[in-house]
Amino acid sequence: MLQHIKHLIIKDLRIEWRQKHALGGALLYIISTVFICYLALQRMIDLRVWSALFWIIIVFVGINSVSRSFLMESRKRYYYYQTITSPGAFIMGKTGYNNALMSILSLLTYLAYSLFFRDLIQSQLLFLATLILGSMGLSSMLTMTSAIAWKAGSSLSLVAILSFPLALPMLTILIKLTKMAGGLFNTAEALKFLLILLLLNIIINILSYILFPFIWKD
Amino acid sequence: MERLGIVYWLKHFGWKLAGVILVLYSVIAGLTIDVPELPLVAQSIRNVFFHVCMWFSMIAVFFYAVFCSLRYLASAREDDDVKALEAVHTGLFFGAAGIVTGMLWAKFTWGSYWVNDPKLNGAAVSMLAYLAYLVLRQSVSSTALRARLAAVYNIFAFVLLVVFVVILPRVTDGSLHPGSADETPFAVAKMQPNMYPVFMSATLGWILTGFWIVNIRVRMALLKNKLK
Repeated sequence: MLQHIKHLIIKDLRIEWRQKHALGGALLYIISTVFICYLALQRMIDLRVWSALFWIIIVFVGINSVSRSFLMESRKRYYYYQTITSPGAFIMGKTGYNNALMSILSLLTYLAYSLFFRDLIQSQLLFLATLILGSMGLSSMLTMTSAIAWKAGSSLSLVAILSFPLALPMLTILIKLTKMAGGLFNTAEALKFLLILLLLNIIINILSYILFPFIWKD
Repeated sequence: MERLGIVYWLKHFGWKLAGVILVLYSVIAGLTIDVPELPLVAQSIRNVFFHVCMWFSMIAVFFYAVFCSLRYLASAREDDDVKALEAVHTGLFFGAAGIVTGMLWAKFTWGSYWVNDPKLNGAAVSMLAYLAYLVLRQSVSSTALRARLAAVYNIFAFVLLVVFVVILPRVTDGSLHPGSADETPFAVAKMQPNMYPVFMSATLGWILTGFWIVNIRVRMALLKNKLK
């Protein structure tokens, strides 16, 4: 099982590396979105706008990059996977790969964002923990919804429709934590929210593991 | 002979009749009983008999929808998928009714149609998720695959929404709804003793009526499928 997951992740990495244009596209997407926000706002007004815009950008970056991981799989290759691996290993491999990809992309977004705008974050440690846990949770959720949308034979728009309502629970916590990281905060309370975020991650992964076999078969 | 048995009667007519009687009672009593004159709320407190029960009914039928989806994944019987779909339709109807009655009430007491309140936002998000469920169903043509994907999405979304409803009040600062700031379950604590039975019969009556609506819709849908 773990061997399968490892090989599936390596396989996804190789495919990604061969299609560098897609990765470049994601980077360009990040920079141009942040730049549009910069042109529209000129300077950052306050922390609320900062965190709202930041997480909206992250969600769109996530939808674009995560949904690609299923849309790039061809039918024929999918039949091949069905013969060599189990649904549980397959979804965990996809989820793991997307978690890594999304974490890197959101770190880059943060970098671009704080280049253009003033960095309003006071506690880098809390914010980075939020960012990593948040992008892992969002990408796990997006992996599952894009699997559903892919099997439904639809494209990007269905992924967005299916994911937005489910992204909101996480986003409320993420924005709350971002506001904490940008000002004074109580360590115990921050840890409580990080724990909730971690629990959400675990719940989503368990659900994907249980439910994916029903999507997997034809 | 079996048709005359009390069990048969209860199963097929009794609960529907009970639902109708309870709803009728709650409408008549809800408009006529004495209510306390609270500042600001005044006579609009009667809305508690019409607004709150919509949410309870919505939650009840959505629970039923998830139950049917789980059963569909276990059994792959088409009936269970139809039941889940019709329960979602009915739940969305109750949700819309709850939002409209709530918005009118909010305009009179809190001054605007929409306020930033965890209960309102939670309700809006669940409505969005179930509308997405309907969109997902529309976009798949094969019946078996559609049923499977819809069931998976229903369960996935439901669990996340339950988590959302539990954590949201802790993330937002306070709620305008009674029973959120203090630990009482809902508005019952602030009700007069004579309002309590009316409220309970409205809740139970609407839940029973909701399941009757689901029942009729399922039968209609199954007949339509047969005709195809």
